[in-house]
Amino acid sequence: MFERSWTDGLPVVPPTTERVRKMLEGTTRSPDEIIVSVPPNLIECTVEKIAINAVMAGCKPDYLPVVISALETICTEEFNMHGVLATTMSVGPIFVVNGPITRDIGMNSGINVLGHGNRANSTIGRAVQLVIHNVGGGGPGGIDRSTLGHMGKQGFCFSENELSSPWSSLAESRGYNSSQNVVTAFTGEGPRLVMDQKSRTPESLIRTLAEHLISSVSSRVVVGMDAMLVLSPEHASRFHEAGWSKDRFLEEIAEIMMIDTDNIIAGSGGIEEGLPTEMKGMSLPKFKPNGLLLVQAGGPAGLFSAIIGGWLNGPSGSEPVSKEISA
Amino acid sequence: MTNERVLLDPTSESTPMERNLSERPETMNGLTVGLLDISKGRGDIFLNRLEEKLSDIGIKTLRFKKPTFTKPAPVDLRQEIATKCDAVIEALAD
Repeated sequence: MFERSWTDGLPVVPPTTERVRKMLEGTTRSPDEIIVSVPPNLIECTVEKIAINAVMAGCKPDYLPVVISALETICTEEFNMHGVLATTMSVGPIFVVNGPITRDIGMNSGINVLGHGNRANSTIGRAVQLVIHNVGGGGPGGIDRSTLGHMGKQGFCFSENELSSPWSSLAESRGYNSSQNVVTAFTGEGPRLVMDQKSRTPESLIRTLAEHLISSVSSRVVVGMDAMLVLSPEHASRFHEAGWSKDRFLEEIAEIMMIDTDNIIAGSGGIEEGLPTEMKGMSLPKFKPNGLLLVQAGGPAGLFSAIIGGWLNGPSGSEPVSKEISA
Repeated sequence: MTNERVLLDPTSESTPMERNLSERPETMNGLTVGLLDISKGRGDIFLNRLEEKLSDIGIKTLRFKKPTFTKPAPVDLRQEIATKCDAVIEALAD
């Protein structure tokens, strides 16, 4: 299968007729139903083709509805998967899953949430990427021109720890309710750790988080590229225990992340990268309004959070897309 | 009893059409050359200079611009270039 270029470089589960038939039991949809046109070649893709790739990725049948909906999020004009593949930046689709299905299929939102070790987390994103590769024709060195890539492009999917937080989940903040199963796709880099083991007050910790977020992608990029912040339980508790709402957190961190453009004009600080001179004297937000996606996840101990830097936002780039998961 | 197993095909079962590159013109005399900016930073600087140099040697140029570098050029734009130009130079950038 590797010789036929069917894989992502790792061994895959052979998609036998029996295994694919079993996989298709995970959905009520007809095997010949066309779900999406898969970029970059815009090939119409049936449920069966998705099931074949899900078998290869190592999915269980009850993951299939998540895989299908994840594909529906990225095969959209707003997400612009063709551009996400073609860019030389090191980004790929990242999926956050919310709702009861995450418990039903045993997804991990706790220890090592952004890492390995959980079958659903490890295989759902991988199945999506195999569909892009095998059906859409979007492989590395072809349409995928990423200079460096990142390990998450093998498949990057996790769930939010939504039950132990007083704050709304990512899906709720995007208009869904807690009983709905939702997958949200975001174009991002690999995660980067933010360490703050000393802050005991929200006022202090939010400054650490903002300081690191300001350097997301480049400290000289403002407004044009957003980010996802994965807030760990211990970090989140600093805000919860002080009675901060999620809205207050997002408003205050946005205020801290107003950037004085004089400091990031091209040539300032001896650095040629930067904004054009005519943008001097302005104060601009690091991210566009609502551009920072907040997800709460991670193990119960450890004063670390993670930043996942984004790609070009807006209609010219890639926008986060959420989709309710249907059986 | 047999050990043979049938694997189902995970691909689109189709091969993208490959087109040969158009024949390169031997001379640019009398040709109309499209200059395509993909909307990336400083592409215009490169194309302005090319336009000057081509103009100096009497080559007619037409300027085009993609709405964004992150997406393929719209069909209408591709058709306009194909209709109006004999050759095209596309500026990447940065």
